Amino acid sequence: MSPIVKLLAQRIALSLLLLLLISMVIFAGTIILPGDVAQSILGQSATPEALANLRKELGLNEPALQRYFSWLFGALQGDLGTALTSGQDITTAIAGRFGNTLFLAFWAAVVAVPLAIFLGLLAVRFKDRWPDKLISAVTLASISIPEFLIGYVLMFVIAVKLRWFPSVAMVNDSMSLLEKLNAIALPIAVLTLVVLAHMMRMTRAAILNVMQSAYIETAELKGLNAFQVIYRHAFPNAIAPIVNVVMLNLAYLVVGVVVIEVVFVYPGMGQYLVDHVSKRDVPVVQACGLIFAAVYIGLNMIADIVAILSNPRLRHPK
Amino acid sequence: MSDTLLKVRDLKIGATIYPPGEKPKDIEIVHGVSFDLAPGKVLGLIGESGAGKSTIGLASMAYGRGGVKITGGEVWVNGRDILKTGHRDVRALRGGEVTYVSQSAAASFNPAKKIMDQVVEAAVEQKKFSRKDAEARARTLFAKLGLPDPDNIGDRFPHQVSGGQLQRCMTALALCPEPDLVVFDEPTTALDVTTQIDVLMAIKEAIRDTGVAALYITHDLAVVAQVSDDIMVLKMGNTVEYGNVDQIINNPQEEYTKALVSVRSIEHEEKAPTPDPVLSVRNITARYKGTNFDVLKNVNVDLYPGQTLAVVGESGSGKSTLARVITGLLPPREGEIEFAGRKLSPDLAGRSREDLRELQMIYQMADVAMNPRQTVGTIIGRPLEFYFGMRGAEKKKRIIELLDEIELGEKFIDRYPAELSGGQKQRVCIARSLAAKPKMIICDEVTSALDPLVADGILKLLLDLQKIEDVAYLFITHDLATVRAISDNIAVMYQGQVQRYGGKSKVLSPPFDDYTDLLLSSVPEMRLGWLEEVIANRKMESAGN
Repeated sequence: MSPIVKLLAQRIALSLLLLLLISMVIFAGTIILPGDVAQSILGQSATPEALANLRKELGLNEPALQRYFSWLFGALQGDLGTALTSGQDITTAIAGRFGNTLFLAFWAAVVAVPLAIFLGLLAVRFKDRWPDKLISAVTLASISIPEFLIGYVLMFVIAVKLRWFPSVAMVNDSMSLLEKLNAIALPIAVLTLVVLAHMMRMTRAAILNVMQSAYIETAELKGLNAFQVIYRHAFPNAIAPIVNVVMLNLAYLVVGVVVIEVVFVYPGMGQYLVDHVSKRDVPVVQACGLIFAAVYIGLNMIADIVAILSNPRLRHPK
Repeated sequence: MSDTLLKVRDLKIGATIYPPGEKPKDIEIVHGVSFDLAPGKVLGLIGESGAGKSTIGLASMAYGRGGVKITGGEVWVNGRDILKTGHRDVRALRGGEVTYVSQSAAASFNPAKKIMDQVVEAAVEQKKFSRKDAEARARTLFAKLGLPDPDNIGDRFPHQVSGGQLQRCMTALALCPEPDLVVFDEPTTALDVTTQIDVLMAIKEAIRDTGVAALYITHDLAVVAQVSDDIMVLKMGNTVEYGNVDQIINNPQEEYTKALVSVRSIEHEEKAPTPDPVLSVRNITARYKGTNFDVLKNVNVDLYPGQTLAVVGESGSGKSTLARVITGLLPPREGEIEFAGRKLSPDLAGRSREDLRELQMIYQMADVAMNPRQTVGTIIGRPLEFYFGMRGAEKKKRIIELLDEIELGEKFIDRYPAELSGGQKQRVCIARSLAAKPKMIICDEVTSALDPLVADGILKLLLDLQKIEDVAYLFITHDLATVRAISDNIAVMYQGQVQRYGGKSKVLSPPFDDYTDLLLSSVPEMRLGWLEEVIANRKMESAGN
């Protein structure tokens, strides 16, 4: 087996192992939490018989290990269980909302990632001159202000005063793509402002690091202009760290949007999770935790795979 | 067009330096240098580090490395002053009319791109050739430079070819756009001595066949004598002597040039072996973890008290691996090491503090072997504390003694490594190893990063200290001149085996085996026509090809 295939296989296997461990942690965590699910469903006034019946119905009397495995195998087959509070099938309930979250994250990424990399390249080209300092200052400011504050300010200025975009990001299946994009314009703007600085600064640092190399001097002595040097010779060698930070931010776009979804009343996973945490609906919390963990681990795995593939020494062994 | 391709007049170059704790200041590093170069001719620029030779070479492309700025004078290329033209003209000059070959091709090729893409880039970008024609020309050049498989080598990535091959690819890169002038900046310095002469010959033939002019920059007068028509000797940014190659080599006028031309001044009588060696390496076979290839194969050598064993060989011969085995960093697969009459534990963790004290090491890169945030006094004082528990006045007295021994003196005690020159740093490293009062010191290429005259001083110091302290040296080097200067015994290593071993006079006298012959004959000699002679007389191909 070629070394690169082996490395990739190892990396993927590691991700799967990690996901399995996380599933144990999630399951154990929700068991350790104080309180009793049956009690919280039926309320303080429930009779002991009713509690016992419900416990039996929910399978809470089975040993924890057995419950874990039946939960895990169910999850593997796409069955995440039933919500305790509403009796709804969790997979069905989550599917639409997860789709909405991915939809928002995707379009935020489409705006933020190219913009961040472009600004990073621009900052390198004009290093230590005013464009570099301006880009750094603005992105730093935007990452330092809490996202809900940016959200409310944008909502007030753009939605309420200027009336360019709606203040509440309600979407449903009957809307066309353009209508949906119009509805989520503000959340996209806020998310972009939040993740931009991190990616832009990492791009700048990674490329500047590469710019110290002797082969950059070779490129300059070939008479290439500054953008050709950066784009052709520096960028390909800076891909691994850039992809890494991009993936971390993509993961944040999926997992960390809870606040934004609440601010803009967007029907995504975050809202759903917050609702059910407050109702102590353990199966839903477990399901959301598992999905978020899978997204996080998956994106980081992709980052590592890209880093491995972008290394010519691994791709083309001697 | 005029008969001068490159005309440099009163060139002045400055730089901004940032001394620690002081305000940045501007200094001048080249003080008014003038020369002419006719089409198709080769001018050698020679000098030690800090002489400004690379800076002058890059100035002929209107380029300043880092904070370096051209502050005055004129540089005329093909009848126009390139210091006065705009950005666009300078870019058209670079990579078109004037190209550059750097010291380390390994660092100067972009690791993420195929060799061919990089070789033809300038020619295509400067619209000298179409991509297709440029590739055809590159393949012709690959063949001319003696690269294997010239039709396909361009499809490889830089890490897939050897150092010597990559240096030839870099030459092809520079010649591809049909430039009028190529700046060769120490193009063979990073290569093994046997590889160097092949690359040197390839460069020389390529210059002759293409009729290109060249600036050839090096610190090695013997090398520049083989390729140049004229030579300019530089020191501290000033011209010392400028004339044709025959005059400079055979009839130098200035004292400094004479010092460069003369061979090493050190004479060292070979000592006879004593009955009890301080170090005995017995049947050592070693390999690195995760590989299935023995880097050392059944190595046997002895080192006697107060003597020097030189381990000489090219990169990949296993000489540094031998040092790793002796120090315990790489436990061997077979064999054992006897040191000062006792058997040494194969791995570092199993060795006593006394073992560590008696076996010290000095490294090639003195500046990375010291903590930049510690003073010289702290650096030398550490082994005194660690091995002898010295404190306060007693420790300080010993530090000053050691500083006197390495000819630096007490005033250096509070300095930081960044304030020292390369030679001074290496002296501090020597003092640090001597502070432990060792029986033996492993010197791993300790003079390779230094200029010849500075290296000479270090070698003299090591020999003097050997007499005073009665310490044995295991001296690892690729430089045969160093070996001649200081050794008592020599082990020639080749592909992990000791090829030839014994007293200096025996090892360096004929009859030779083929490898030792190749190695000895490859050391550049300071006479005209040496290169052609040695190529014609070779019995064996060098391994690094």
